[in-house]
Amino acid sequence: MTTAPTAAAESEIDAARAQEEELIKTDILGFLKQNEEKELLRLCAVGSVDDGKSTLIGRLLHDSKGVYDDQLADATRTTDTGERAIDFARLTDGLRAEREQGITIDVAYRYFSTPARKFIIADTPGHVQYTRNMATGASTANVAIILIDARLGVLTQSRRHGYIADLLGIPHLLVAVNKMDLVDYSEARFAEIVAEFRAFTGQLGFTSVTFVPVSALLGINIVDPGAHRMAWYGGPTVLQFLEQVPIRRDVNLRDFRMPVQTVIRPNLDYRGFAGQVASGFISKGDAITVLPSGRTSRVKAIDTFEGELQRAYPPQAVVLRLEDEIDISRGDVIVKSDNQPRVSRHHTAHVVWMSDTPLDPGRSWLMKHGAGYGRVTIDAIEHRVDLETLQPVAGVSELKLNDIARVRFTSHKPLPTDPYRQNRAMGALIFIDPVNNNTVGAGMIAESDRDEGKAEQDGGTEVSAAERERRLGHAPGVLWLWGGADAARTALAFAAERRLFDGNTLAVVLDDGDPRYGGGLGVGLAQAAQRFVDAGLVVVVGAQVAPPAGLGAIDLPLSGLPVDDLDKATAAVVGAAVQAGMVRR
Amino acid sequence: MADPTLLDAPTISHLRALEAESIHIFREVAAEFNNPVMLYSVGKDSSVLARLAIKAFHPGKPPFPFLHVDTTWKFQEMYAFRAKFAEEHGVNLQIHINQDGIQRGVNPFDSGSQVHTNVMKTQGLLQALNKYGYDAAFGGARREEEKSRAKERIYSFRDRFHQWDPKSQRPELWNLYNGKIWKGESIRAFPLSNWTELDIWQYIYLENIDVVPLYFAKERPVINMNGTLIMVDDDRIRKALPDAKIEQRVVRFRTLGCYPLSGAIESEASNVPEIIQEMMLTRMSERQNRLIDKDEEGSMEQKKREGYF
Repeated sequence: MTTAPTAAAESEIDAARAQEEELIKTDILGFLKQNEEKELLRLCAVGSVDDGKSTLIGRLLHDSKGVYDDQLADATRTTDTGERAIDFARLTDGLRAEREQGITIDVAYRYFSTPARKFIIADTPGHVQYTRNMATGASTANVAIILIDARLGVLTQSRRHGYIADLLGIPHLLVAVNKMDLVDYSEARFAEIVAEFRAFTGQLGFTSVTFVPVSALLGINIVDPGAHRMAWYGGPTVLQFLEQVPIRRDVNLRDFRMPVQTVIRPNLDYRGFAGQVASGFISKGDAITVLPSGRTSRVKAIDTFEGELQRAYPPQAVVLRLEDEIDISRGDVIVKSDNQPRVSRHHTAHVVWMSDTPLDPGRSWLMKHGAGYGRVTIDAIEHRVDLETLQPVAGVSELKLNDIARVRFTSHKPLPTDPYRQNRAMGALIFIDPVNNNTVGAGMIAESDRDEGKAEQDGGTEVSAAERERRLGHAPGVLWLWGGADAARTALAFAAERRLFDGNTLAVVLDDGDPRYGGGLGVGLAQAAQRFVDAGLVVVVGAQVAPPAGLGAIDLPLSGLPVDDLDKATAAVVGAAVQAGMVRR
Repeated sequence: MADPTLLDAPTISHLRALEAESIHIFREVAAEFNNPVMLYSVGKDSSVLARLAIKAFHPGKPPFPFLHVDTTWKFQEMYAFRAKFAEEHGVNLQIHINQDGIQRGVNPFDSGSQVHTNVMKTQGLLQALNKYGYDAAFGGARREEEKSRAKERIYSFRDRFHQWDPKSQRPELWNLYNGKIWKGESIRAFPLSNWTELDIWQYIYLENIDVVPLYFAKERPVINMNGTLIMVDDDRIRKALPDAKIEQRVVRFRTLGCYPLSGAIESEASNVPEIIQEMMLTRMSERQNRLIDKDEEGSMEQKKREGYF
């Protein structure tokens, strides 16, 4: 489906701009009122060396007055013929390294606004070795702009850029057929390119694909139309398109999902779950389910700094209060009870690999999805996508930097997901190298198996957390004792371990000062604790510092415990464990 | 009820979209780091940053302290504003001064802007980060401000020496910020990354946020230093430049830093709408009157590599 905005009269944008300038001069409060209501559009501009992308962006910024005078002076050069001319490309190149190389090497963000909208441009290079940068810029975009050189026509890289824009789920594609001045503004040449590229994009999932014939260098059809040169073209200029393309309907309003970022608890009477509405909407009174635990409640209130809301939409950041006191922590996802995503450990995803360390089956990675980290193991590479032919290549043993592939993986804990095509927020994840913590890949869920529970009943190969909990009869977790005197802390940790063990809880002490470990586990304490939790155990940690936020530990500073009375202190620790389900009922 | 898929999402204005993004960033950082801190510079961006931090954890308080790295050369009105701000909002405001720099007599006149900024600001900041062991620091930098900032990540990774390496930044996709670090490493987090100067002022107007009065035009004593108007804020400048002619001019400041390094502009804009009006009509780059950037081509990039925000 194509929803190209209609062409506007030549003077329309000028008139709107002049009107806005007049408003600024004569009625600044009126301007502020108008400016306050502008919508935000994020676009991703992709191109290769020499196809004029930087020039096009420079033009957009310049012609929409998004450039300051001194920046303009910086970018003005004396040409070979002695004329002073603006080097539009220079308006956008940022870092010293790339200035030296004369190419854009990373994603850069630019900002401009018009009377209609505010724009954020992710300026990404399109060389084949920089697929990762394009994926980065594309991940949040509403619109992708691809440049095609009118002389060269549709190239392999044009298709590649279109493919990646679609893979990252950008709804609208704008194809700027550039350098029309060098093909005599030929309508036939333009039509040829449109037909060829449309045949390709027809196989992809874009909501709209729009072609605009332009000359970025001469500023034709970028902001202002060049009607006298291309009278045959009746469509919008690049800027007109960006101002008019409808983007509100691209928001998923069907599937309410809110990853919980943090629990807000200023006092004993208030417990709220903070997060950003990722998709769908939520109303006061709605029945909700917390995933992956499956606990249910109702929305008691939707709080913001400004007061309560009756209903919240994406991308609002809110705090939900619930009717019932249920256990929810960071990384959990709140959904509506009548619309739940799959919760599974087995997933198939498209992956853009971004690291020199290869992705190969069997290896484990950290990952972030929603507001939570976890671990995944790669099961198989179904196929790699040949970026020349865009055809699948089977029988691939590993993925290298800038490869794109379809991959099967297992998350070590059940993960609530939606297919990325339906819901960017719940279908996206990043892979993190556990050795150097670098972001090494981007994943877009194609599907997740409806396998949870089934695998457990069938005794699937991997023992699940739920199976461990059933066997041991208690929930795993970390009791993090910290601060105070070392000796008192260690004594308390072992006393708590003993009492928990006697109550049939499989508990173990991990203590900073435990002589068995040569006087300190150091930085590995949290990681070690996590491993024991994964194994279903209750860990009693003795540490000098507070627990790291990601661990989900029960925070027990010694300053808050009756340490003078070991019995009482132990009872308090065990009490906390009982509350968290770490002791058999 | 009608099928919600048939409803258009209500329009969320760009300011509300930016606000929601910033709040999301605040909550992520606060939840996944052990010991975050918010850098507070007393300027307008800090005022906005503080409002967003307060919103993000309402009805609780921001679960981290604010830190001002004081060069001892800020405007008197900034110090007064800082005291009032801390009191009104009940935030835990820490102030750090590089005592070593003070003892060695570093100042903007004798040492020059580069050395002064490096010692009192960059080194001062690093001292404070090391002293308190902060593993994440919020800053008010915006990508629009300067070309090298255009490629800054929202979570900007710094090594054990607080250095930024623009060529090996972590890819940053969606709003899935990677907060994994080893001990000693840190993240600078920039919730205002996608805000422009206009957005900042519009938000200040919309939300009625207090800013230092130096942003508003008033008759002030200034010295014309090679075309840059430097305000006579205390006696130190008179001692350093005994022969300089002091004039009374109606001026204001577009950015605030150390007073001998912050150029004033002649202006009549005395409230927020007038500032926006002037800004929209004049079009001069935001940092052009902050002298530190002019020292050398690419100087901001160099400072950032060394650990400056």
